[in-house]
Amino acid sequence: MLQRDYTTSQLDVLEAEAIHIMREVAAEFERPCLLFSGGKDSIVMLRIAEKAFWPAAIPFPLMHVDTGHNFDEVIEFRDRRSAELGARLVVASVQDSIDQGRVVEETGRRASRNRLQTTTLLDAIEEHEFDAVFGGARRDEEKARAKERVFSFRDDFGQWDPKNQRPELWNLYNSRIRKGEHIRVFPLSNWTELDIWDYIRREGIEIPSIYFAHTRKVFERDGMLLPDSDVVVRGDDEPLFESVVRYRTVGDMTCTGAVQSVAATIEEIIEEIAATRITERGATRADDRASEAAMEDRKREGYF
Amino acid sequence: MDILRFATAGSVDDGKSTLIGRLLFDSKAIFEDQLEAVERTSRDRGTEYTDLSLLTDGLRAEREQGITIDVAYRYFATPRRKFIIADTPGHIQYTRNMVTGASTADLAIILIDARKGVLEQSRRHAFLTSLLRVPHLVLAVNKMDLVDYSRERFEEIRDEFTAFASKLNVGDLTFIPISALNGDNVVSRSENMPWYLGTSLLHHLENVHIASDRNLTDVRFPVQYVIRPQRATDPAFHDYRGYAGQVAGGVLKPGDEVVHLPSGLTTRIASIDTFDGPVEEAFPPMSVTLRFEDDIDISRGDMIARPNNQPSAAQELEAMVCWMADGLKLTPRSKLMIKHTTRTARALVRDLHYRLDVNTLHRDEEAGSLGLNEIGRVSLRVTQPLFVDDYARNRMTGGFILVDESTNGTVGAGMIIDAR
Repeated sequence: MLQRDYTTSQLDVLEAEAIHIMREVAAEFERPCLLFSGGKDSIVMLRIAEKAFWPAAIPFPLMHVDTGHNFDEVIEFRDRRSAELGARLVVASVQDSIDQGRVVEETGRRASRNRLQTTTLLDAIEEHEFDAVFGGARRDEEKARAKERVFSFRDDFGQWDPKNQRPELWNLYNSRIRKGEHIRVFPLSNWTELDIWDYIRREGIEIPSIYFAHTRKVFERDGMLLPDSDVVVRGDDEPLFESVVRYRTVGDMTCTGAVQSVAATIEEIIEEIAATRITERGATRADDRASEAAMEDRKREGYF
Repeated sequence: MDILRFATAGSVDDGKSTLIGRLLFDSKAIFEDQLEAVERTSRDRGTEYTDLSLLTDGLRAEREQGITIDVAYRYFATPRRKFIIADTPGHIQYTRNMVTGASTADLAIILIDARKGVLEQSRRHAFLTSLLRVPHLVLAVNKMDLVDYSRERFEEIRDEFTAFASKLNVGDLTFIPISALNGDNVVSRSENMPWYLGTSLLHHLENVHIASDRNLTDVRFPVQYVIRPQRATDPAFHDYRGYAGQVAGGVLKPGDEVVHLPSGLTTRIASIDTFDGPVEEAFPPMSVTLRFEDDIDISRGDMIARPNNQPSAAQELEAMVCWMADGLKLTPRSKLMIKHTTRTARALVRDLHYRLDVNTLHRDEEAGSLGLNEIGRVSLRVTQPLFVDDYARNRMTGGFILVDESTNGTVGAGMIIDAR
């Protein structure tokens, strides 16, 4: 008889599922890559990749779509972490896309390079002939994402068709594509924000300093705290002030807001997240506030 | 804390979205900004109450048409468990979504409107739940407030459904009278139904025993990926050769004698490796890497089992197939790709024995094809042996998907019966 009931904790189940997904991709695709921004979700994804192939090195490159408007701390972290792992890092630059005339820079107070990233991302996927692209998106983030598959098919324009998705059963994933098409793969689909933090704590994973409370010059816009920076256009009616803040998500400076917080350790962050009553994207992302279907529209175009 | 995955079936009319909304709301998984967005949209549309279905219907087309068109996954947690809800639409044309959601579910909740009783749709949902071998089924008799919390009405529905369920493979069936709108018996026991002696729905979800649902008897380890470090992270691993995969059945331990399929060669497990160090045992759903004492030629798609407990190496399969393609039909002579565990092969449909009417369970033996959302029993011939078990014994080694080579779409899901 069994000596015990063989229960498995939620983090172990989620980790085992994500490792299975990563190995499936490595086995069935020729040129996968992993989107690594230095944000917490992609940091967890990178740890899963390390685990999935150990003691071998991660068998695919990392890619970052750099808007040029990222936080210095995050870029430094990105470079250091990739170097530690001996991984190849492909940086696709939005500035290059602008210089080459592929996209036109937005102007005005709400100018952001967020939407321009899609073109840069798709161009890089085409240039490097990536056939599978790992993303750290989670289904609990946003309601269009709640309906996306783990293996999310993209046509040769990089577009997502939510009404024509491949059924996904058991742990069997369909990896068949034609040349020019690709699959976005989301190994963390079933993780919640709290799972990510619990995992970071359990694994003792280093994260960029801006996730912890620090003093920063910020200004308020639409109830969000945006940072003082050369790349963020601030009006005269938007005075700067100093505040103790931290970031719940890490993205482009022009559309990522800080939250007022004194959480200085992972434990304090977890306490704060567990008690919070606002979603992470609602609290911090101007890009999702534009309309009810903002994320769905961007995803259809080929966004992360 | 473990995870319970459950599927919900029913239409908006049954109060399914309201029920999910309440579970999420009462477990604090709905956030203020989400609720505000829903309240704003409800107001804009002139709806008098806060339409919680707006929380789950995420796509533009769904909101425009007021329907749910795809499986939506929702998450909430209580101090006891993390829950993953596969919220599937109830209409007949969405059988494939229900099948998708049920494939990984530990439990299914079927909602019945107490005023309407057991409908054709309820029977269809129950049948699909049993076909996919979801181990636990909850029949939530909703809108009890609209039948004056009548015990007689509840028992009438319970008896009718029990009679129908006896024809199915339902392992564990629980009936709970609820009002999702008022919260009766959803999170806590209702004072309106003192005659009901069972637990609330959430209490049931938190406590239903699922650890024994996995197959811990038959060792099955489909080889997924061979790990041979060329750029080893440590020179000590230069000669390392490990076989990575997710355990699909049984408990593996170092020293255990195992058989490799298809070769039939036996060896012993030298170690069970993970990034975090070797482990003393591996069981579903762990993802691990095995090393063996002997040098055997092992590749992706092979299977590790025990010498005295092996899966069938089958090239002729009997299966129930749910067809999921729009346009293309399954007919005798159809040629498809089959993906089973980590092995992909070509399959030829040799015979379609019957098409099953999912509402009446009638078998139409004259049927010449399966169309979208139709289910039938088929015989397949596969180009190379698959290492299979009956789906009823192991969902991981008994299930497969069918892929159309011309469109690359996933066109069918199969459950093996009579593995031989």
